[in-house]
Amino acid sequence: MAEAHKLYGVMAEFESPTAIVEAARRAHSAGYRRMDAFSPYPIEELTEALGIKRSKLPLIVLIGGILGCLGGYGLCYWVSAIVYPINIGGRPLHSWPAFIPVTFECTILLAAFAAVFGMLALNGLPQPYHPVFNIDAFEMASRNRFFLCIEARDPMFQLEKTRGFLEGLEGALGVSDVED
Amino acid sequence: MSEHTQDSISDSTITPPAVIAPGQTFASVTDKISSIALTRRTPVGWFIGAGISFALVLGLFYTIGYLVVTGIGIFGTNIPVGWAFPIINFVWWIGIGHAGTLISAILFLLRQPWRTSINRFAEAMTLFAVACAGLFPLLHTGRPWLAYWMLPYPNTMGVWPQFRSPLIWDVFAVSTYATVSALFWFVGLIPDLATLRDRARRRTAKIIYGMLAMGWRGSARHWHRYETTYALLAALATPLVVSVHTVVSFDFSIGIVPGWHATIFPPYFVAGAIYAGFAMVLTLAIPLRKFYGLEAFITMRHLRNMSKIMLATGLIVAYGYMMETFMSYYSGNTYERYMILNRFKGPYSAFYWTLIACNVVFPQLLWIRRVRHSVPALWAMSLVVGLGMWLERFIIVVTSLHRDFLPSSWAMYAPTFWDWSMFIGTIGLFLALIFLFVRFLPMISIFEIRGILPQAAVKESGD
Repeated sequence: MAEAHKLYGVMAEFESPTAIVEAARRAHSAGYRRMDAFSPYPIEELTEALGIKRSKLPLIVLIGGILGCLGGYGLCYWVSAIVYPINIGGRPLHSWPAFIPVTFECTILLAAFAAVFGMLALNGLPQPYHPVFNIDAFEMASRNRFFLCIEARDPMFQLEKTRGFLEGLEGALGVSDVED
Repeated sequence: MSEHTQDSISDSTITPPAVIAPGQTFASVTDKISSIALTRRTPVGWFIGAGISFALVLGLFYTIGYLVVTGIGIFGTNIPVGWAFPIINFVWWIGIGHAGTLISAILFLLRQPWRTSINRFAEAMTLFAVACAGLFPLLHTGRPWLAYWMLPYPNTMGVWPQFRSPLIWDVFAVSTYATVSALFWFVGLIPDLATLRDRARRRTAKIIYGMLAMGWRGSARHWHRYETTYALLAALATPLVVSVHTVVSFDFSIGIVPGWHATIFPPYFVAGAIYAGFAMVLTLAIPLRKFYGLEAFITMRHLRNMSKIMLATGLIVAYGYMMETFMSYYSGNTYERYMILNRFKGPYSAFYWTLIACNVVFPQLLWIRRVRHSVPALWAMSLVVGLGMWLERFIIVVTSLHRDFLPSSWAMYAPTFWDWSMFIGTIGLFLALIFLFVRFLPMISIFEIRGILPQAAVKESGD
């Protein structure tokens, strides 16, 4: 059975945010790139240590907002001036100040959808299965433990060497192989 | 050693009480908050409270059934008071919701760490208050199954919504607000749902929390995008919350009815909404922290800060009342002047003066330190403000309509039994949803509390 499983990577467990950030820095400077860290709360230094690039998300949200804005105004204009023109107290059919509230709400709505669904899509969620869940201790990643996982697809990855590297890191509590 | 004692002395005298009581760890925070949702033994008090709330919900269902079968004639709403309890309650509920967004979005952008302990249930409160608010416009039409007519969709009748009407703006504002609040709340819950999934020992609980957590694993890459999303949502929700109550105030101020046609309405309504909302947060937070022993997370610092915000927004509201009175005199408009005199001395004057007492006079006690530091006094104050803000909407709606331009069409308004049963029913619905929420979901954001603990900071070595 065991041979049937491919190796996903090697994972080390840490007890403090300082230890995981230091470990991530050391791994990055050792040349590892295909790796990820897991923590029970967001740690800004960890993002930097892993060399994670700026997210595309703000751009997606901006596009969502612009589409919402144009769509909202377009809806008001198209309905009020083209398909259903009604004279209300002699006001012009294209009475733009009255269209602002709906335009504004549509802008916010589409930008918010873009933010949430964009985040989920970029993160690849929902994702029911992930190899890291195979490690029993990983349950603690949502409580008080920190993990660093170097993936097998990293060009530098060599099982014995990488395991030795992780074991040699300061504060590493245990190193285990993660099966795919 | 002596240095250490000196430090702690100067700490206690100069710095305010801590946001989180000292001595908490990542594990203790996680276990304490998640155990409330995961426990097998539901407290007896929960059953009593939830039972009463569910009984009120049944009353609400009965009212709705009777309304649908009979028609809106069961309410006291009639000409000239064609807008009465439904809109009073709608505005009251939606205003209460606003504090949740304020705490979660505006205080987040202002980097106020104390918001962390209260934002989760304040957001839940927003969601449930908006649900209660939404029922009123839906049901006061008498034919709630035709509510979709308010949406722009191609139909065989060939009609479209009137985009020049504030009531259509309301449809867009409130539905956007409900959607964005739900998204914001759910995004905030994802990491904590993962915690519950990992902590749950029962299989069903594990599966349900697991599905809701969507496979969240706390990856640094995910956290990075997550934080960006959260900040962007906060930045989007901030103007949204201001716009929603502005649009609600447009429902009134676009009309030419005396007492409604005022430019001060948008800021005055927004301040009133925050005022009532913070009062409701205190009304809920004080019993919850006591009952579930959460004093380490919802500390005196939170209660004190909220009481200060209440005092500040209360003063803005008081300024609004003053300006209303001044403008009715200064405008020289007969109808405006009569409207304010009618509020002072007319048949509803007792309600007006109670409102002034509740919203302007009593809250001035919050200037006194001892009142701000007394938990029972704050709780009593929150109820007084809640009542005062309800009376404010009653006064705005009823006194303006019952005596407008033509004395021949003047009449009195009184709510009927069904008006009350529907209002009290929504209070039951609100409380029932709160009871379900505190039982099954973490009422305090666990991951954000971990992040503000002293040991959460990364210690940099000398380099």
